Amino acid sequence: MVGGEYYVNLGSQIFIFAVFAASINLLLGYGGLPTLGHAAYLGVAAYLAALCALKLGWGHLAAAPAALVGTTLMAAAFGLIALRATGLGFLMLTLALSQVLWGTALRWVAMTDGDNGLRGLTRPFGMDDAKSFYYFTLAVTVFSLWMMARFVTSSFGAALAGTRDQARRMSALGHNVWMVRWITFIYAGFWGGVSGLLFVYYHKYIHPVSLSLANSAEGLLAVIAGGSGTLAGPLVGAAIVMLLKNYVSAYVERWNMLLGFVFVVIVVFMPDGVVPGVKRLWRRYISRA
Amino acid sequence: MAALHIQSLKKAFGGLPAINDVSLKVEEGERRLIIGPNGAGKTTLFNLVTGDLNSDSGRIFLFDTEITRRATHRRVHLGLARTYQIITLFSKDTLEHNIALSLLGLSKERWNTFGRNHSPEDAKAVLAMVGLEHLGQRPVSEVAYGEKRRLEIAMALAQKPRVLLLDEPLAGLSREERGAVKQLISKIPRETTVVMIEHDMDTALDMAETITVLHYGRVIVEGTRQQVVADPKTREVYLGH
Repeated sequence: MVGGEYYVNLGSQIFIFAVFAASINLLLGYGGLPTLGHAAYLGVAAYLAALCALKLGWGHLAAAPAALVGTTLMAAAFGLIALRATGLGFLMLTLALSQVLWGTALRWVAMTDGDNGLRGLTRPFGMDDAKSFYYFTLAVTVFSLWMMARFVTSSFGAALAGTRDQARRMSALGHNVWMVRWITFIYAGFWGGVSGLLFVYYHKYIHPVSLSLANSAEGLLAVIAGGSGTLAGPLVGAAIVMLLKNYVSAYVERWNMLLGFVFVVIVVFMPDGVVPGVKRLWRRYISRA
Repeated sequence: MAALHIQSLKKAFGGLPAINDVSLKVEEGERRLIIGPNGAGKTTLFNLVTGDLNSDSGRIFLFDTEITRRATHRRVHLGLARTYQIITLFSKDTLEHNIALSLLGLSKERWNTFGRNHSPEDAKAVLAMVGLEHLGQRPVSEVAYGEKRRLEIAMALAQKPRVLLLDEPLAGLSREERGAVKQLISKIPRETTVVMIEHDMDTALDMAETITVLHYGRVIVEGTRQQVVADPKTREVYLGH
């Protein structure tokens, strides 16, 4: 392990955010469904795990599956509503649904302690040192990204990409477009929930801001910057966002402005994102050499 | 039993009737040609049969199953396939992948979220049927227009449909390409009932047994080739007097 605890923790944060971004990528990159409410799944899984521990006194082995089941069921219900539309309508519906949750977390003080957030949480398996938690996060991230990669490269994934490119034609070929999208929505919600568990374990704290539009937008930004519809894109995008957030916020107060600037530069020079952009540059370099 | 049976079907767009009380009975194995000038409602009729549009009233049967209100993909699983007038292929993907998506549409494999268990051989065999096997690995965007038309038909044939709807399969093709597509259509086995739309009367007459002339959303003439050609109403529609 190179570097001090600071870098180890930074690595953990990048991995957690990469799982979150990858779950957004399932919808945006492979399903052509731009979501602006994916923080809902991260936040709800984190809150559920925290509430199971604090209010019910459950251990991690019970709280984690309960949080994931709850989050997945919520994704199934939200999918029924959001998938009444595609494109901009879908975007607005996902945003509206997540805003309801954000408002609830902020206002339902008896349950969530509102703006104070929920404190006094623990990590599973007593992984309180940075290094062991890093390896735990790494393992979960590798598994999650692998599962999502299997999903998009499967037969179902081929159909999903088909519904993104030619939805009407897919129905005419016998594919149930709505069902394909709904299953993907639920799957993305589940992995968003996994990232939420890692998130709450890492911080041992959860605040309504995790459910906010800003968090959803950051995830979306990471996917677009890294390259939507690519397997490595969310990981690269998550690294960019997290590095900026951690490094730059130490020097520049308005780090969001810099993130915005970097994002604009990426979009101007590599409109498909960093991963496809670098691939293209690399091919050009190879053919010249 | 009729393969496709349409009973007094109606569809209006904003008060303007596009399909106005159309009844149609296509027998099993038949080759039916539907002709009519632009705006006669031919493609609208197809869209109603496939479920891309919902009818205002009337009923549609595919063999003995009523499909009037069924979702498009369910109709496909009952044996209905179609091609489009404006080509809607997966243009960034290879020809083989396009066929694979078609084969996947009727296979349980389409719900496999964990792997990919379909062999490229099946897609290759379908492409061979239309003489495109040498282009299997090429993206659709790189092949000629006539080849896209053949791919379009191959995607429909890959599903071994019981009723096949062809929406202007000869449109925009050169003379040689037309020959190739016509030959392809004539080789479709008799288990498949074929209903074909054509705008231009002369190009397709020789491919059909029964012809229906559609005009302003109504059936105005129906019969054998000779009957339809001889009918003064046909001439009126096409020549305007």
